Amino acid sequence: MGKKNREGAVGGKAVNNVINVLLALGCLTILFPLYMTIIIAFKKPSEMTNDVAGALAFPSSWSFDNFIEAMKVTDFWRSLGNSLLLTGVTVIICILLHSLAGYVIGRKMARHKIFKASYFYIVSGMFVPFAVLMMPLVKQTSQLGLANRAGVILLYVVFFMPMNILLYAGYLKNIPIALEEAACVDGANVWQTYWKIIFPNMKPMHATVAVLTAMSTWNDVMTPLVIMSGTDVNTLPLAQLNFQSQFGTNYNLAFASYLLALLPILIFYIVCQKQIINGVVNGAVK
Amino acid sequence: MGNSGKRDKAWTKNDKIFLGMLIPVLILFFLFNTLPLLKGFYYGLTNYRGYGDYDFVGLRNFADLFTDLRVGKSYLFTFKYAVVMTIAVNVISLILALGLNREIKGKSTLRGIYFVPNILGGLVVGYIFSFVFTYILPAVGEATGIGFLQNSMLASPKTAWIAIVIVGAWQGIAMNTIIYISGLQTVPEEVYEAGMIDGVSGWKKFWTLTFPLILPFFTINLVLCMKNALMVFDQIMSLTKGGPSQSTESISYLIYNNGMSGGQFGFQSANAFVFFLVIVIISFLQMKFLGGKEEQL
Repeated sequence: MGKKNREGAVGGKAVNNVINVLLALGCLTILFPLYMTIIIAFKKPSEMTNDVAGALAFPSSWSFDNFIEAMKVTDFWRSLGNSLLLTGVTVIICILLHSLAGYVIGRKMARHKIFKASYFYIVSGMFVPFAVLMMPLVKQTSQLGLANRAGVILLYVVFFMPMNILLYAGYLKNIPIALEEAACVDGANVWQTYWKIIFPNMKPMHATVAVLTAMSTWNDVMTPLVIMSGTDVNTLPLAQLNFQSQFGTNYNLAFASYLLALLPILIFYIVCQKQIINGVVNGAVK
Repeated sequence: MGNSGKRDKAWTKNDKIFLGMLIPVLILFFLFNTLPLLKGFYYGLTNYRGYGDYDFVGLRNFADLFTDLRVGKSYLFTFKYAVVMTIAVNVISLILALGLNREIKGKSTLRGIYFVPNILGGLVVGYIFSFVFTYILPAVGEATGIGFLQNSMLASPKTAWIAIVIVGAWQGIAMNTIIYISGLQTVPEEVYEAGMIDGVSGWKKFWTLTFPLILPFFTINLVLCMKNALMVFDQIMSLTKGGPSQSTESISYLIYNNGMSGGQFGFQSANAFVFFLVIVIISFLQMKFLGGKEEQL
């Protein structure tokens, strides 16, 4: 990361200033929808005139009434709780289980064909979109009594397995096998060696896996939508879908609800921006 | 993989412990990934409606897929969307990345802002943009007298898909830009210094020096973007629900809509299985054509 001024040095200052202005202007395309969301969320329906100003001018007073109403209508705290539960439990299980599986497969791939075959078998699961498995999975989970939050978590754990095992098995190359052998000499068994030596050493990859898994889980609509349909269990995005009819033409209420739905991840992003960006890049590049 | 049988060594106690841990993972993966895929194929051979009795109909569903107008339309839409998305997103994000990689003021803030769309959920973003297309753009059209803006893009089959591309790109560009930036950071300074001595600059410098070196990142972006676009669902759900007149029904949306509640469980299972084969073939082709061209430093 320490290297800098790649093309800048060649391009010259004047060019950089022009580019600077253009990039700042480009940011408006990102900020405009967010600005609009905030403005509309604070307005009263009577302030929504039919021209551009109706939607974009500042509200006459900044009141939180829309948010309070939206929280009631969409049962915000329960939806938020479900989203946090699904994401939190999924991330924890993924880190514990997938790192172990990645270790087991990665360490023995070169020794025995069955581990190598297992690696390719599981990683090739990346090619299977959820939409393909959706219908049989709905039948299967309801037959097993898993048409609930536990079922959704289980499906996430299986669905993220290919990607995470690829990442963990790849990262294992950075951890010298001598570490384990030393532990073995000291009399530790495989289980102890793993948790005491390997697991802590895979910390950078845990961060990547946590970020990728958390973001996919948090924003996912399809899995809870089809698996938990008919139950009144909502996640934060799912609540926006299920309460569309109750928002009706009250856009102020709807946008207050959208803003509430976006807020947790925006706060998370502001706090851990660096880890999130690193996680996403690592996940894609490796 | 050039893997000969000779590498398989004798099973030590340690190996057996590892195998004992591998087997439950394999069973779990099989039960909730491979088994439903096989079941999907099985349902595809039936006239199952999602409830009640059903009969085997052989490969009829698979044959009907090729003559079903709605399925054909959804494939056309999905591919049109994926191709236009992939091109637009990659061109724009490469330009952004080149800019964001220069010595500019507020670089980290700018990068931070450009990445925001990637963290937001597609469904809610879709709802927000739905308002932009339905109210803001027509109002701008009225105020400025620009004719084509005056009607909502989402209302016409001719333009609704463009609206979905815009929303998809708004989110997709964030991801690809950040990957291109990390690619540009792997290009060593010496390459440009050598280029300077040879008098290479501007456009030519980019094509002859920079681009070949970030080709692996181009490949990643192409594959990722295409894969995500082919599976588009959330934006359809919040922007158009497949309309107007089924012009924006993606394959995923059609499987969901007709398979889950439209009484076409068997038929859409066949559709889903064929969709899986299509994804596998496309991924394979992309890796074959692009994978071999990467230039190593």
